Amino acid sequence: MPDPSPHDGDPQAEVAPHPVSAIRSFLLTRGNSALADRGFHWLMVLCALSIFGIVVLIAAELVLRSRLAWGQFGLDFFYKAYIDTYTGLPMYWDPVNAHFSALPFLYGTIVSSFLALLLAVPLAIGVAVFLTEMCPGALRGPLAFITELLAAIPSVIYGMWAVFVLVPLLREHVNPWFIKLLGWTGFFADDNPTGLGFVSAGIILAIMILPIISSLTREVMTAVPHSQREAVLALGATRWEMIRTGVLRNARIGIVGAIILGLGRALGETMAVAMVIGNSPEIHRSLLANGSTMSSVIANEFAEASSDLHLSALMELGMALFIVTIIVNAFARLLIWAVTRGTPSSAH
Amino acid sequence: MRNEHTLRAKIRTLADYAATGIAVFSTVLVVAPLVAIFIYLVYKGAVSLNWDFFTKVPKPVGEAGGGMANAIAGSAILLGLGSLIGIPIGIGGGVFLAEFGRGTRLANAVRFTADVLNGVPSIVMGIAIYSLVVVPQGHFSAFSGGVVLGVMMIPTVCRTTEEMLLMVPNSVREAALALGVPNWRSVVAITVRTASPGIITGCMLAFARVAGETAPLIFTAFGNGDWSARLNEPIAALPLQIYVYALSPYDEWHRLAWAGALVLIILIVLAVSLVRYVTSRGVLKGAS
Repeated sequence: MPDPSPHDGDPQAEVAPHPVSAIRSFLLTRGNSALADRGFHWLMVLCALSIFGIVVLIAAELVLRSRLAWGQFGLDFFYKAYIDTYTGLPMYWDPVNAHFSALPFLYGTIVSSFLALLLAVPLAIGVAVFLTEMCPGALRGPLAFITELLAAIPSVIYGMWAVFVLVPLLREHVNPWFIKLLGWTGFFADDNPTGLGFVSAGIILAIMILPIISSLTREVMTAVPHSQREAVLALGATRWEMIRTGVLRNARIGIVGAIILGLGRALGETMAVAMVIGNSPEIHRSLLANGSTMSSVIANEFAEASSDLHLSALMELGMALFIVTIIVNAFARLLIWAVTRGTPSSAH
Repeated sequence: MRNEHTLRAKIRTLADYAATGIAVFSTVLVVAPLVAIFIYLVYKGAVSLNWDFFTKVPKPVGEAGGGMANAIAGSAILLGLGSLIGIPIGIGGGVFLAEFGRGTRLANAVRFTADVLNGVPSIVMGIAIYSLVVVPQGHFSAFSGGVVLGVMMIPTVCRTTEEMLLMVPNSVREAALALGVPNWRSVVAITVRTASPGIITGCMLAFARVAGETAPLIFTAFGNGDWSARLNEPIAALPLQIYVYALSPYDEWHRLAWAGALVLIILIVLAVSLVRYVTSRGVLKGAS
């Protein structure tokens, strides 16, 4: 049975070598359809190669269109701010004076993604443990289905829900507590009455990346052979000890892969974040302050970019995002393959 | 000594209970937002779902009534165009991976690239297609929106097709070849046909995924307040309209956005449930 979401971290990359049988190769060489066969073969190769083509085209376009900003700012783009001569304050993103720096967006992307991981990872592993090791059979199907649905809800609907339900809830009931209890740390300053900001973005991101982390964790956990569990249980371990030493420890590389894949999703997530993070290109210590991420600033400003340089700077942000997500994804896939290689993906 | 032993046993049992409790608690905590979102959507959206919603275009600001008919039609056009681009290429790629490239280095590279492409953020796809299609054309267009959605469908379709084809037993291929059927016909009419329920499922999954895409449409399809069926003009799309209306300050538009969200989510839930139903029944029961 195929996994209903094979596009998410499918481990079946290592397809068992499948030698063409002698009969088949004999049959393939005879007959008079060699031309049509070859044509069909190449058509299919073309389709497959077009996937390479797409990646190359995306990369080429991003490089080409971001050249202007790259020529203007070079590497400074990623770490330097400029000091406004009138106010003496650091400025990062200033379309009017044509000065652009990616710093606040890098900061926003990293902070919101890590907040999301901080919230989502323990929960996702908890869900995976419950579903694979503890859940009564009758509940497993429906619960797995519900987590899948969570993954299918469009980003914009999450964003809308967050704007109308989550943000007011946080603003009225949760943030005051943070400010009261943890205000002294400086991470929860009482200067943003909107409720928008990193905390809201982190929470909605956590909800969005939870399904992928949990379903992949589930997959690597089911790939752990049953004999491991039985061996630990036979030594007199309780169920939790069995899960901890027999399952989680064996699956840990795959779980790290799942978490990194979740991180990849969080880094690129756009709409929901753009709707709740507040969209100001500034760096604040407070997690309750407004911010902006690489993807959200592209979504907000791209269609109305004021100048070629502005557009080019946005393109450069997109390129940075592209490179980072490719590295993160490739790394995560490799980790997951390392664990699930050799086991069929459908060993539920 | 004995006391110590029982104490340890007690602690271990308690740890076991605690772990179970935490796992159950986290599951509840994860299911809660989904339930909350659904209830809220139905509560807010159902009251605004009426005939007008499906038949009328939005009214100017300040006037009550109106609907999202143009956005629904626009989404249908964009998704149709996307499927037209994404499904054939995706299936072709999958056929290559399963039928021609098995075990070769090229196939492994294609598979890996497809997986990585799947993880590229949609907004990056959007700006790339913007510079590939919109800039040369000189204006936002439905065509560019369809291209983005199509490109985003390819990896999913390709990988599911491959998986489904791998489940077709080799004897079926050999039987076809033994009858003198050319290889290409055996692939098209026997192998792909046998796996077709699974392949269709994969296509629907890809469809459901891109149906709610908003980010790349902002600067390709762009949105349109009125009817439009031309491929070289900006066109409205349901998720895009939801985004614009949700962030607007008007209650009337919020109402429409909720109704639109409800329609979108119902479509997606239907697709995902159907996929689930088909796959849980065993796609290739008869064949394998």
